Amino acid sequence: MSAVAIQLEQVPRLNPMFRLQWEKAQDCWVLLYPEGMVKLNASAGAILTRVKGEASIAQLIEQLQAEYPEAEDLAEDVLGFFQHAQALNWILYD
Amino acid sequence: MIKPEIASRQPLWLLAELTYKCPLQCPYCSNPLDFAGAGAELTTQEWIDVFTQAREMGAAQLGFSGGEPLVRQDLTELIAAARDLGYYTNLITSGLGLNAERMADFRQAGLDHIQISFQASDEEVNNMLAGSAKAFEQKLKMAREVKAQGYPMVLNFVTHRHNIDRIDRIIELCIELEADYVELATCQYYGWAFENRAALLPTRAQLEKAEAITQEYRQRLQAAGNPLKLIFVTPDYYEERPKKCMNGWGEIFLTVTPDGTALPCHSARMLPIEFPNVKTMSLEEIWQTSPGFNYFRGDAWMPEPCRSCDEKEQDLGGCRCQAFMLTGDMHATDPVCSKSPEHHRILAARQEAELAEEREMTYRNERNSRIFCRG
Ligand code: SF4
Repeated sequence: MSAVAIQLEQVPRLNPMFRLQWEKAQDCWVLLYPEGMVKLNASAGAILTRVKGEASIAQLIEQLQAEYPEAEDLAEDVLGFFQHAQALNWILYD
Repeated sequence: MIKPEIASRQPLWLLAELTYKCPLQCPYCSNPLDFAGAGAELTTQEWIDVFTQAREMGAAQLGFSGGEPLVRQDLTELIAAARDLGYYTNLITSGLGLNAERMADFRQAGLDHIQISFQASDEEVNNMLAGSAKAFEQKLKMAREVKAQGYPMVLNFVTHRHNIDRIDRIIELCIELEADYVELATCQYYGWAFENRAALLPTRAQLEKAEAITQEYRQRLQAAGNPLKLIFVTPDYYEERPKKCMNGWGEIFLTVTPDGTALPCHSARMLPIEFPNVKTMSLEEIWQTSPGFNYFRGDAWMPEPCRSCDEKEQDLGGCRCQAFMLTGDMHATDPVCSKSPEHHRILAARQEAELAEEREMTYRNERNSRIFCRG
Protein backbone atom coordinates (compact mmCIF):
# COMPACT_ATOMS: atom_id res chain seq x y z
CA MET A 1 0.00 0.00 0.00
CA SER A 2 1.33 3.43 -0.84
CA ALA A 3 1.68 5.74 2.14
CA VAL A 4 -1.74 7.22 2.70
CA ALA A 5 -1.83 10.69 4.24
CA ILE A 6 -3.09 10.53 7.81
CA GLN A 7 -5.94 12.91 8.52
CA LEU A 8 -6.14 14.43 11.99
CA GLU A 9 -9.89 14.01 12.21
CA GLN A 10 -9.78 10.27 11.49
CA VAL A 11 -10.79 7.96 14.32
CA PRO A 12 -8.43 4.99 14.56
CA ARG A 13 -9.20 1.63 16.07
CA LEU A 14 -7.08 -1.46 16.50
CA ASN A 15 -7.44 -4.05 13.76
CA PRO A 16 -9.21 -6.95 15.54
CA MET A 17 -6.55 -9.26 14.10
CA PHE A 18 -4.28 -7.95 16.85
CA ARG A 19 -4.51 -8.08 20.60
CA LEU A 20 -2.81 -5.44 22.71
CA GLN A 21 -1.55 -6.75 26.01
CA TRP A 22 0.88 -5.88 28.78
CA GLU A 23 3.51 -8.61 28.97
CA LYS A 24 5.11 -8.85 32.37
CA ALA A 25 7.88 -11.12 31.06
CA GLN A 26 8.83 -8.56 28.39
CA ASP A 27 8.15 -5.56 30.59
CA CYS A 28 6.32 -3.80 27.77
CA TRP A 29 3.11 -3.64 25.76
CA VAL A 30 2.96 -6.13 22.94
CA LEU A 31 0.73 -6.80 19.97
CA LEU A 32 -0.20 -10.41 19.64
CA TYR A 33 -1.45 -11.84 16.37
CA PRO A 34 -1.65 -15.29 14.78
CA GLU A 35 1.56 -17.05 15.80
CA GLY A 36 3.45 -13.82 16.39
CA MET A 37 4.23 -11.00 18.77
CA VAL A 38 5.57 -7.47 18.33
CA LYS A 39 7.13 -5.72 21.29
CA LEU A 40 6.16 -2.06 21.45
CA ASN A 41 8.41 0.71 22.67
CA ALA A 42 7.11 3.01 25.39
CA SER A 43 5.66 5.66 23.09
CA ALA A 44 3.99 3.15 20.77
CA GLY A 45 2.48 1.53 23.86
CA ALA A 46 1.28 4.90 25.18
CA ILE A 47 -0.41 5.69 21.88
CA LEU A 48 -1.94 2.29 21.19
CA THR A 49 -3.46 1.91 24.64
CA ARG A 50 -5.50 5.02 23.80
CA VAL A 51 -6.63 3.80 20.38
CA LYS A 52 -10.16 2.61 21.02
CA GLY A 53 -12.20 3.74 18.07
CA GLU A 54 -13.43 6.73 20.08
CA ALA A 55 -10.90 9.55 19.93
CA SER A 56 -9.66 11.10 16.70
CA ILE A 57 -5.96 11.42 16.06
CA ALA A 58 -6.14 15.12 16.94
CA GLN A 59 -7.80 14.24 20.26
CA LEU A 60 -5.19 11.56 20.94
CA ILE A 61 -2.43 14.11 20.41
CA GLU A 62 -4.16 16.45 22.87
CA GLN A 63 -4.53 13.67 25.45
CA LEU A 64 -0.91 12.66 25.13
CA GLN A 65 0.33 16.23 25.23
CA ALA A 66 -1.63 16.77 28.44
CA GLU A 67 -0.09 13.68 29.95
CA TYR A 68 3.45 14.33 28.75
CA PRO A 69 3.70 18.15 28.71
CA GLU A 70 7.48 18.00 28.43
CA ALA A 71 7.42 15.95 25.19
CA GLU A 72 8.56 17.92 22.15
CA ASP A 73 7.41 17.24 18.59
CA LEU A 74 4.72 14.99 19.98
CA ALA A 75 2.25 15.61 17.16
CA GLU A 76 4.86 14.69 14.61
CA ASP A 77 5.77 11.51 16.47
CA VAL A 78 2.16 10.43 16.75
CA LEU A 79 1.54 11.02 13.06
CA GLY A 80 4.71 9.12 12.26
CA PHE A 81 3.50 6.26 14.40
CA PHE A 82 0.13 6.07 12.63
CA GLN A 83 1.84 6.10 9.26
CA HIS A 84 3.94 3.17 10.36
CA ALA A 85 1.06 1.37 12.09
CA GLN A 86 -1.11 1.66 9.03
CA ALA A 87 1.55 0.15 6.81
CA LEU A 88 1.67 -2.80 9.21
CA ASN A 89 -2.09 -3.12 9.12
CA TRP A 90 -2.47 -2.53 12.86
CA ILE A 91 -5.00 0.25 12.50
CA LEU A 92 -8.40 0.56 10.89
CA TYR A 93 -10.45 3.72 10.36
CA ASP A 94 -14.23 3.64 10.31
CA MET B 1 4.66 -17.40 9.86
CA ILE B 2 6.29 -14.44 11.57
CA LYS B 3 8.29 -15.52 14.57
CA PRO B 4 8.32 -13.71 17.88
CA GLU B 5 11.36 -11.62 18.77
CA ILE B 6 14.09 -13.27 20.76
CA ALA B 7 14.20 -12.29 24.40
CA SER B 8 16.67 -13.66 26.91
CA ARG B 9 15.98 -17.33 26.34
CA GLN B 10 12.31 -17.54 27.26
CA PRO B 11 10.02 -20.20 25.81
CA LEU B 12 7.86 -17.62 24.04
CA TRP B 13 6.12 -20.22 21.95
CA LEU B 14 4.48 -23.23 23.50
CA LEU B 15 3.21 -25.90 21.16
CA ALA B 16 0.80 -28.30 22.82
CA GLU B 17 0.46 -31.46 20.79
CA LEU B 18 -2.70 -32.64 22.48
CA THR B 19 -3.04 -35.99 20.76
CA TYR B 20 -1.56 -38.07 17.97
CA LYS B 21 -5.02 -39.19 16.92
CA CYS B 22 -6.14 -37.80 13.60
CA PRO B 23 -8.87 -38.66 11.09
CA LEU B 24 -6.53 -37.85 8.18
CA GLN B 25 -3.53 -39.76 6.94
CA CYS B 26 -1.37 -37.10 5.30
CA PRO B 27 1.77 -38.58 3.79
CA TYR B 28 3.82 -35.53 4.88
CA CYS B 29 2.74 -35.54 8.53
CA SER B 30 5.51 -34.36 10.86
CA ASN B 31 4.44 -36.64 13.71
CA PRO B 32 6.94 -39.31 14.70
CA LEU B 33 6.88 -42.44 12.60
CA ASP B 34 6.34 -44.58 15.66
CA PHE B 35 3.47 -42.50 17.13
CA ALA B 36 1.33 -45.59 17.72
CA GLY B 37 3.85 -46.63 20.39
CA ALA B 38 3.58 -43.40 22.46
CA GLY B 39 2.36 -43.45 26.07
CA ALA B 40 -0.91 -42.21 27.62
CA GLU B 41 -2.08 -38.68 26.84
CA LEU B 42 -1.79 -35.94 29.47
CA THR B 43 -4.99 -35.23 31.37
CA THR B 44 -6.84 -31.90 31.29
CA GLN B 45 -5.30 -30.87 34.59
CA GLU B 46 -1.81 -31.86 33.54
CA TRP B 47 -2.13 -29.70 30.43
CA ILE B 48 -3.40 -26.71 32.38
CA ASP B 49 -0.49 -27.11 34.73
CA VAL B 50 1.92 -27.04 31.77
CA PHE B 51 0.25 -23.88 30.42
CA THR B 52 0.50 -22.19 33.82
CA GLN B 53 4.19 -22.97 34.22
CA ALA B 54 5.12 -21.90 30.69
CA ARG B 55 3.18 -18.66 31.03
CA GLU B 56 5.13 -17.80 34.15
CA MET B 57 8.32 -18.36 32.19
CA GLY B 58 7.22 -15.87 29.54
CA ALA B 59 5.30 -17.92 26.96
CA ALA B 60 2.84 -15.72 25.08
CA GLN B 61 1.79 -17.84 22.12
CA LEU B 62 0.12 -21.18 22.60
CA GLY B 63 -0.58 -23.49 19.70
CA PHE B 64 -2.99 -26.39 20.05
CA SER B 65 -2.03 -29.02 17.56
CA GLY B 66 -1.75 -32.75 17.19
CA GLY B 67 -2.57 -35.09 15.47
CA GLU B 68 -5.93 -33.44 15.26
CA PRO B 69 -6.55 -31.40 18.45
CA LEU B 70 -10.32 -31.46 17.86
CA VAL B 71 -10.27 -35.10 18.90
CA ARG B 72 -9.72 -33.95 22.51
CA GLN B 73 -13.11 -33.63 24.17
CA ASP B 74 -11.72 -31.13 26.70
CA LEU B 75 -10.46 -28.70 24.06
CA THR B 76 -12.89 -25.92 25.01
CA GLU B 77 -11.82 -26.21 28.61
CA LEU B 78 -8.14 -26.07 27.66
CA ILE B 79 -8.72 -23.00 25.47
CA ALA B 80 -10.53 -21.20 28.29
CA ALA B 81 -7.77 -21.97 30.77
CA ALA B 82 -5.07 -20.81 28.35
CA ARG B 83 -6.85 -17.60 27.50
CA ASP B 84 -7.41 -16.87 31.20
CA LEU B 85 -3.68 -17.12 31.67
CA GLY B 86 -3.17 -14.46 29.00
CA TYR B 87 -2.03 -16.55 26.07
CA TYR B 88 -2.72 -15.76 22.46
CA THR B 89 -4.36 -19.04 21.54
CA ASN B 90 -3.96 -20.70 18.15
CA LEU B 91 -5.82 -23.78 17.02
CA ILE B 92 -4.02 -25.63 14.26
CA THR B 93 -6.46 -27.98 12.63
CA SER B 94 -7.40 -29.86 9.51
CA GLY B 95 -10.98 -28.61 10.03
CA LEU B 96 -12.29 -32.15 10.22
CA GLY B 97 -14.54 -32.65 13.20
CA LEU B 98 -15.22 -28.91 13.36
CA ASN B 99 -18.65 -27.30 13.06
CA ALA B 100 -20.10 -23.82 13.52
CA GLU B 101 -21.36 -24.60 16.99
CA ARG B 102 -18.05 -25.89 18.29
CA MET B 103 -16.27 -22.95 16.72
CA ALA B 104 -18.60 -20.56 18.52
CA ASP B 105 -17.91 -22.37 21.80
CA PHE B 106 -14.20 -21.93 21.23
CA ARG B 107 -14.74 -18.23 20.50
CA GLN B 108 -16.68 -17.90 23.71
CA ALA B 109 -13.87 -19.65 25.57
CA GLY B 110 -11.46 -17.06 24.17
CA LEU B 111 -9.81 -18.75 21.19
CA ASP B 112 -7.94 -16.09 19.19
CA HIS B 113 -7.16 -17.82 15.95
CA ILE B 114 -7.92 -20.92 13.91
CA GLN B 115 -5.49 -22.06 11.26
CA ILE B 116 -6.88 -24.48 8.75
CA SER B 117 -4.42 -26.54 6.76
CA PHE B 118 -5.10 -27.39 3.16
CA GLN B 119 -3.30 -29.76 0.93
CA ALA B 120 -4.37 -28.35 -2.44
CA SER B 121 -6.93 -26.12 -4.10
CA ASP B 122 -7.91 -29.03 -6.25
CA GLU B 123 -10.41 -31.34 -4.67
CA GLU B 124 -9.11 -34.45 -6.30
CA VAL B 125 -5.46 -33.96 -5.40
CA ASN B 126 -6.43 -32.91 -1.93
CA ASN B 127 -8.51 -35.96 -1.33
CA MET B 128 -5.87 -38.21 -2.72
CA LEU B 129 -3.33 -36.70 -0.34
CA ALA B 130 -5.56 -36.66 2.67
CA GLY B 131 -6.83 -40.17 2.03
CA SER B 132 -10.38 -38.93 2.67
CA ALA B 133 -13.19 -38.05 0.26
CA LYS B 134 -15.16 -35.33 2.05
CA ALA B 135 -12.14 -33.52 3.46
CA PHE B 136 -11.93 -30.65 1.03
CA GLU B 137 -15.58 -29.64 1.06
CA GLN B 138 -15.56 -29.64 4.86
CA LYS B 139 -12.42 -27.51 5.03
CA LEU B 140 -13.88 -24.90 2.69
CA LYS B 141 -17.02 -24.74 4.75
CA MET B 142 -15.03 -24.34 7.95
CA ALA B 143 -12.76 -21.70 6.42
CA ARG B 144 -15.82 -19.62 5.54
CA GLU B 145 -17.18 -20.12 9.04
CA VAL B 146 -13.89 -18.95 10.59
CA LYS B 147 -14.28 -15.65 8.78
CA ALA B 148 -17.99 -15.37 9.55
CA GLN B 149 -17.28 -15.75 13.26
CA GLY B 150 -14.74 -12.93 13.24
CA TYR B 151 -11.54 -14.91 13.70
CA PRO B 152 -8.44 -13.81 11.80
CA MET B 153 -8.09 -16.24 8.92
CA VAL B 154 -4.77 -17.88 8.37
CA LEU B 155 -4.69 -20.57 5.75
CA ASN B 156 -1.86 -22.97 5.41
CA PHE B 157 -1.34 -24.72 2.11
CA VAL B 158 1.21 -27.46 2.12
CA THR B 159 2.72 -27.47 -1.34
CA HIS B 160 4.59 -30.25 -3.05
CA ARG B 161 5.14 -31.56 -6.54
CA HIS B 162 1.52 -32.60 -6.98
CA ASN B 163 -0.10 -29.26 -6.25
CA ILE B 164 2.54 -26.56 -6.62
CA ASP B 165 1.73 -26.06 -10.30
CA ARG B 166 -1.73 -25.00 -9.21
CA ILE B 167 -0.50 -22.26 -6.92
CA ASP B 168 -2.44 -19.61 -8.84
CA ARG B 169 -5.65 -21.45 -8.04
CA ILE B 170 -4.62 -21.84 -4.43
CA ILE B 171 -4.08 -18.08 -4.17
CA GLU B 172 -7.35 -17.33 -5.99
CA LEU B 173 -9.14 -19.52 -3.50
CA CYS B 174 -7.54 -17.66 -0.57
CA ILE B 175 -8.59 -14.32 -2.01
CA GLU B 176 -12.11 -15.59 -2.45
CA LEU B 177 -12.16 -16.82 1.15
CA GLU B 178 -10.90 -13.37 2.30
CA ALA B 179 -7.95 -14.81 4.16
CA ASP B 180 -5.73 -12.48 6.19
CA TYR B 181 -2.53 -14.51 5.99
CA VAL B 182 -1.70 -17.36 3.68
CA GLU B 183 1.25 -19.57 4.23
CA LEU B 184 2.33 -21.39 1.09
CA ALA B 185 4.77 -23.77 2.63
CA THR B 186 6.54 -26.46 0.72
CA CYS B 187 6.53 -29.36 3.08
CA GLN B 188 9.61 -29.93 5.18
CA TYR B 189 11.02 -33.39 4.94
CA TYR B 190 10.68 -34.72 8.45
CA GLY B 191 8.67 -37.58 9.86
CA TRP B 192 6.33 -39.02 7.28
CA ALA B 193 7.36 -36.53 4.63
CA PHE B 194 10.93 -37.82 4.71
CA GLU B 195 9.72 -41.33 3.96
CA ASN B 196 7.80 -39.86 1.03
CA ARG B 197 10.32 -37.30 -0.06
CA ALA B 198 10.80 -38.61 -3.57
CA ALA B 199 7.06 -38.41 -4.17
CA LEU B 200 6.76 -34.90 -2.71
CA LEU B 201 9.80 -32.79 -3.55
CA PRO B 202 9.06 -30.39 -6.42
CA THR B 203 11.64 -29.67 -9.10
CA ARG B 204 13.55 -26.41 -9.10
CA ALA B 205 11.65 -25.25 -12.17
CA GLN B 206 8.33 -25.93 -10.45
CA LEU B 207 9.47 -23.99 -7.43
CA GLU B 208 10.75 -20.98 -9.32
CA LYS B 209 7.57 -20.73 -11.32
CA ALA B 210 5.44 -20.92 -8.19
CA GLU B 211 7.48 -18.23 -6.50
CA ALA B 212 7.20 -15.94 -9.51
CA ILE B 213 3.43 -16.40 -9.62
CA THR B 214 3.20 -15.64 -5.91
CA GLN B 215 5.19 -12.45 -6.43
CA GLU B 216 2.85 -11.38 -9.22
CA TYR B 217 -0.13 -11.87 -6.94
CA ARG B 218 1.55 -9.86 -4.19
CA GLN B 219 1.88 -6.91 -6.54
CA ARG B 220 -1.67 -7.28 -7.73
CA LEU B 221 -3.00 -7.46 -4.17
CA GLN B 222 -1.02 -4.44 -3.14
CA ALA B 223 -2.27 -2.42 -6.09
CA ALA B 224 -5.83 -3.37 -5.15
CA GLY B 225 -5.28 -2.36 -1.51
CA ASN B 226 -5.93 -5.92 -0.35
CA PRO B 227 -4.05 -6.52 2.95
CA LEU B 228 -3.80 -10.31 2.36
CA LYS B 229 -0.25 -11.41 3.14
CA LEU B 230 1.23 -14.25 1.10
CA ILE B 231 4.07 -16.04 2.79
CA PHE B 232 6.03 -18.36 0.53
CA VAL B 233 8.28 -20.86 2.23
CA THR B 234 10.85 -22.60 0.03
CA PRO B 235 12.11 -26.05 0.93
CA ASP B 236 15.68 -25.79 2.12
CA TYR B 237 16.61 -28.59 -0.26
CA TYR B 238 17.04 -25.83 -2.83
CA GLU B 239 19.14 -23.56 -0.63
CA GLU B 240 22.92 -23.44 -0.26
CA ARG B 241 22.76 -22.50 3.42
CA PRO B 242 20.60 -24.19 6.03
CA LYS B 243 17.93 -22.44 8.05
CA LYS B 244 18.53 -21.34 11.62
CA CYS B 245 16.38 -24.13 12.84
CA MET B 246 13.75 -23.16 15.45
CA ASN B 247 15.68 -19.91 15.90
CA GLY B 248 18.17 -21.91 17.91
CA TRP B 249 17.85 -25.03 20.00
CA GLY B 250 15.99 -24.30 23.23
CA GLU B 251 15.85 -20.56 22.49
CA ILE B 252 12.17 -19.69 22.05
CA PHE B 253 10.24 -22.86 21.22
CA LEU B 254 8.93 -25.49 23.55
CA THR B 255 6.84 -28.42 22.36
CA VAL B 256 5.01 -30.75 24.68
CA THR B 257 3.89 -34.00 23.07
CA PRO B 258 0.70 -35.93 23.90
CA ASP B 259 2.42 -38.06 26.53
CA GLY B 260 4.17 -35.10 28.19
CA THR B 261 7.61 -35.38 26.61
CA ALA B 262 9.09 -31.88 26.27
CA LEU B 263 11.03 -31.09 23.09
CA PRO B 264 12.91 -28.06 21.75
CA CYS B 265 11.17 -28.62 18.42
CA HIS B 266 8.31 -30.83 17.34
CA SER B 267 10.45 -33.24 15.35
CA ALA B 268 13.34 -33.60 17.84
CA ARG B 269 11.83 -36.75 19.24
CA MET B 270 13.54 -38.71 16.47
CA LEU B 271 17.00 -37.82 17.87
CA PRO B 272 18.90 -40.22 20.13
CA ILE B 273 18.62 -37.85 23.09
CA GLU B 274 16.68 -38.49 26.22
CA PHE B 275 14.07 -35.77 26.57
CA PRO B 276 12.44 -34.88 29.88
CA ASN B 277 8.77 -35.33 30.66
CA VAL B 278 6.47 -32.76 32.29
CA LYS B 279 5.03 -35.50 34.47
CA THR B 280 8.33 -35.90 36.33
CA MET B 281 10.08 -32.52 36.01
CA SER B 282 9.06 -28.88 36.32
CA LEU B 283 9.04 -26.88 33.10
CA GLU B 284 11.58 -24.47 34.59
CA GLU B 285 14.00 -27.33 35.19
CA ILE B 286 13.29 -28.79 31.77
CA TRP B 287 13.99 -25.48 30.05
CA GLN B 288 16.96 -24.33 32.11
CA THR B 289 18.90 -27.37 33.18
CA SER B 290 17.75 -30.59 31.52
CA PRO B 291 20.48 -32.18 29.39
CA GLY B 292 18.06 -32.54 26.47
CA PHE B 293 17.36 -28.80 26.22
CA ASN B 294 21.02 -27.90 26.66
CA TYR B 295 22.38 -30.44 24.23
CA PHE B 296 22.71 -28.13 21.21
CA ARG B 297 22.73 -24.76 22.94
CA GLY B 298 25.77 -22.60 22.19
CA ASP B 299 28.33 -23.87 19.66
CA ALA B 300 30.65 -26.11 21.68
CA TRP B 301 29.00 -29.19 20.13
CA MET B 302 29.79 -28.16 16.56
CA PRO B 303 32.15 -30.24 14.43
CA GLU B 304 33.94 -28.90 11.37
CA PRO B 305 33.21 -27.27 8.98
CA CYS B 306 30.79 -25.37 11.24
CA ARG B 307 33.15 -24.89 14.17
CA SER B 308 35.54 -22.59 12.34
CA CYS B 309 32.95 -21.15 9.95
CA ASP B 310 32.39 -17.40 10.05
CA GLU B 311 28.69 -17.87 9.27
CA LYS B 312 27.88 -20.04 12.27
CA GLU B 313 26.03 -17.28 14.12
CA GLN B 314 23.62 -17.00 11.23
CA ASP B 315 22.41 -20.58 11.00
CA LEU B 316 23.93 -22.39 14.00
CA GLY B 317 24.85 -25.26 11.71
CA GLY B 318 21.29 -25.82 10.52
CA CYS B 319 18.73 -28.41 11.51
CA ARG B 320 19.77 -31.23 13.84
CA CYS B 321 16.95 -33.50 12.70
CA GLN B 322 17.86 -33.04 9.06
CA ALA B 323 21.53 -33.73 9.82
CA PHE B 324 20.50 -36.87 11.65
CA MET B 325 18.12 -38.13 8.96
CA LEU B 326 20.55 -37.54 6.14
CA THR B 327 23.87 -38.50 7.72
CA GLY B 328 22.99 -40.62 10.75
CA ASP B 329 24.95 -38.17 12.95
CA MET B 330 22.91 -35.50 14.69
CA HIS B 331 26.02 -33.36 15.30
CA ALA B 332 26.90 -33.14 11.62
CA THR B 333 26.65 -30.00 9.54
CA ASP B 334 23.20 -29.81 7.98
CA PRO B 335 23.79 -31.28 4.48
CA VAL B 336 21.79 -28.42 2.99
CA CYS B 337 24.94 -26.35 3.49
CA SER B 338 27.17 -26.40 0.42
CA LYS B 339 30.17 -26.56 2.78
CA SER B 340 28.94 -29.86 4.21
CA PRO B 341 30.88 -32.94 3.08
CA GLU B 342 27.46 -34.62 2.78
CA HIS B 343 25.93 -31.94 0.54
CA HIS B 344 25.85 -34.46 -2.30
CA ARG B 345 22.87 -36.10 -0.59
CA ILE B 346 20.86 -32.93 -1.16
CA LEU B 347 22.08 -32.72 -4.74
CA ALA B 348 20.98 -36.32 -5.25
CA ALA B 349 17.50 -35.54 -3.92
CA ARG B 350 17.21 -32.60 -6.32
CA GLN B 351 18.28 -34.88 -9.13
CA GLU B 352 15.73 -37.43 -8.11
CA ALA B 353 13.01 -34.77 -8.22
CA GLU B 354 13.75 -34.28 -11.90
CA LEU B 355 12.65 -37.84 -12.64
CA ALA B 356 8.98 -37.57 -13.35
CA GLU B 357 7.80 -41.07 -12.57
CA GLU B 358 4.91 -41.53 -10.15
CA ARG B 359 5.67 -43.09 -6.81
CA GLU B 360 3.68 -44.90 -4.21
CA MET B 361 3.25 -42.94 -1.02
CA THR B 362 3.21 -44.24 2.51
CA TYR B 363 0.14 -42.87 4.26
CA ARG B 364 0.25 -41.88 7.90
CA ASN B 365 -1.97 -44.26 9.80
CA GLU B 366 -1.71 -46.59 12.72
CA ARG B 367 -1.00 -49.67 10.68
CA ASN B 368 1.95 -48.06 8.94
CA SER B 369 3.10 -46.55 12.21
CA ARG B 370 3.27 -49.97 13.81
CA ILE B 371 5.53 -51.08 10.99
CA PHE B 372 7.97 -48.29 11.90
CA CYS B 373 7.58 -49.15 15.57
CA ARG B 374 8.83 -52.66 15.23
CA GLY B 375 12.47 -51.94 14.44
S1 SF4 C 1 29.45 -24.73 7.59
FE1 SF4 C 1 27.99 -24.85 9.28
S2 SF4 C 1 28.00 -22.82 10.20
FE2 SF4 C 1 28.99 -22.63 8.19
S3 SF4 C 1 27.34 -21.96 6.83
FE3 SF4 C 1 27.45 -24.22 6.74
S4 SF4 C 1 26.00 -24.94 8.29
FE4 SF4 C 1 26.37 -22.77 8.69
